[in-house]
Amino acid sequence: MMSDSGRFGPYGGRYVPETLVAALDRLEASWGELSKDPTFRARLRAEQTSYVGRPTPLTPAPRLGEIWGARVYLKREDLCHTGAHKINNAIGQALVAVAMGARRIVAETGAGQHGVAAAAAAARVGLPCTVYMGVVDVNRQRANVERMHLLGAEVVPVDKGEGTLRASIDEALRDWVTDPEGTYYLLGSVVGPHPYPTLVAELQTVIGVEARSQIITATGGLPDAVVACVGGGSNAIGIFRGFLDDPDVSLVGVEAGGDGVIHGATLNAGRVGVLHGAMTPLLQDQQGQVLETHSIAPGLDYPGVGPEHAMLRDRGRARYVTVDDPTALAALRECAVAEGVIPALESAHAFAGARRWVEDHVGATVVVCVSGRGDKDLDIIREWSGG
Amino acid sequence: MAEGAARVTEAITAGPGLALCAYLTAGYPDPAAFREILPALAAAADVVEIGVPFTDPMADGLTIQRASQVALDYGVTLGSILTLLAETPLDAPVLLMGYYNPFLAYGLERLAESMTETGTTGLIVPDLPLEESGDLFHTLETRGLALVRLVAPTTPPARMRVLAESSRGFVYAVNATGTTGKAADFDEATLDYLDRVSSVSPIPVLAGFGIRDRSQVATLSGHVDGVVVGSALIEEIDRGGDPAAFIAGLRPEAAGQ
Ligand SMILES: Cc1ncc(COP(=O)(O)O)c(C=O)c1O
Repeated sequence: MMSDSGRFGPYGGRYVPETLVAALDRLEASWGELSKDPTFRARLRAEQTSYVGRPTPLTPAPRLGEIWGARVYLKREDLCHTGAHKINNAIGQALVAVAMGARRIVAETGAGQHGVAAAAAAARVGLPCTVYMGVVDVNRQRANVERMHLLGAEVVPVDKGEGTLRASIDEALRDWVTDPEGTYYLLGSVVGPHPYPTLVAELQTVIGVEARSQIITATGGLPDAVVACVGGGSNAIGIFRGFLDDPDVSLVGVEAGGDGVIHGATLNAGRVGVLHGAMTPLLQDQQGQVLETHSIAPGLDYPGVGPEHAMLRDRGRARYVTVDDPTALAALRECAVAEGVIPALESAHAFAGARRWVEDHVGATVVVCVSGRGDKDLDIIREWSGG
Repeated sequence: MAEGAARVTEAITAGPGLALCAYLTAGYPDPAAFREILPALAAAADVVEIGVPFTDPMADGLTIQRASQVALDYGVTLGSILTLLAETPLDAPVLLMGYYNPFLAYGLERLAESMTETGTTGLIVPDLPLEESGDLFHTLETRGLALVRLVAPTTPPARMRVLAESSRGFVYAVNATGTTGKAADFDEATLDYLDRVSSVSPIPVLAGFGIRDRSQVATLSGHVDGVVVGSALIEEIDRGGDPAAFIAGLRPEAAGQ
């Protein structure tokens, strides 16, 4: 899947200051050893079951299915400890940080879900944690900021750029470059310099492995489609990787369509460029300056995307569509009432994308990845509802 | 005239003391002022680095981040910088320093051509490590233009040698881990690191990141061939100082004047 240089086709690589090269080499070597080490694997598996709460269920969604005209199953990452798939990655990397002898952990966050997961995982392994978070996100995901504080993390608001996920990654990288030997950068998605896109994908693949065996148990066969939202792309890669070798399973990624003008639809509207250490489709202007993005879902409000998704798109293995803000919000409401599940606004994009896919595939079996729960989004929903 | 990379090396080795390389973000503090400052800076310094602004300058501290944003707000582009350089004869060789994406968006071949036409001697690209630099290195090398490599205190010895040997113009030794701007501390370990860079490098070595005053420059004498001054120069401009005089004042010879 990936060559030695960390490339997914032409995408990926490692575009970082020289100061970080040795640290990335060390991380690559450590992960190479740890991921094959039986003791480490046992420890990770134990954390996944006894701390994260894996396996997460695959929930049939018959009432939603009736409305859509399909058989719908929900992969319930919202039931993970801390409320989203982000903890799968965070706990794994926290164990890596300990094995590498790190003194502290830094992380970025958009929706705050990765920040909460990183803070929780750092607490769990006994390391101090600093989370960079854009000021816009600090304001619209307040509950998560408070959770990070309770978990003992320092939250540093970033008022640069647009004050969203991109600026928080810039700032986390600046922190890491200051102390690349003692600090572990716990990156939250399948973006960034090699080996992160691979490391994070491998830690998230548990979603797809579970989902594949669960859907076979539930239906006796494979689904027609697997649908997930794509911010950086970690929950999507996690579930897609379980089905890559099943050519009859359509893989559908859903990007943020935003307000229709400003958005986060990198795979649909981006041009290849270099940001945050990787060559990848990028929302940029003619001069190579990175463009402003917008999404109602803070976790999708990002101008880049994981390089593996770009490769899957080019090869035609996965398709990427967009869903705009109001459609995502409507999908959230629909799922809540129909199934008693409030998905995160990010995950709501996957519901809306699945609903649209089903319009052309009536009666199909679809697995939707519920990447997280919507508790964090009450402020945004209230604001959108004019109350 | 010698080719770009050779001109840079010559300019660094020509004078008696440490060479001074002045970094200034293009279009700072505003495009008209920059146009005036540039020739004076090129007269005072041995080499000039012009910063190409980028929205996400991950290796830079606050001062250069802010300068970069100011430049972007004024609409400064790589194209406008090259146009200015075509119109402005300068005493010192000029390099462009910037993140990879704007160079990539301009087109590497087209960039090398424009650099040749405007007499621009080379590039410094802080987010382009050796492993990713094949295309750009080749494009510049065939025209005699410099791709200046950066080495860092975290660079292992074998890699340091490879970087120094493939660097052109000079080797840029990053003084300390971290972003630009933070005052550097030239303790024994740092001087020892700079000595190691100098001992493996076939071309001159300039120390950069966090150089602010003449005493630091004096400390570095005998360890490197010159220094790069960026954030401190921008802050001098912010204080209303004369940037060319500030650069001239960094020379140890200036102490007695
Ligand atoms: C619930 C949830 N889903 C999805 C995402 C998007 O990230 P990724 O595309 O890496 O899964 C986030 C990011 O913050 C999130 O919190």
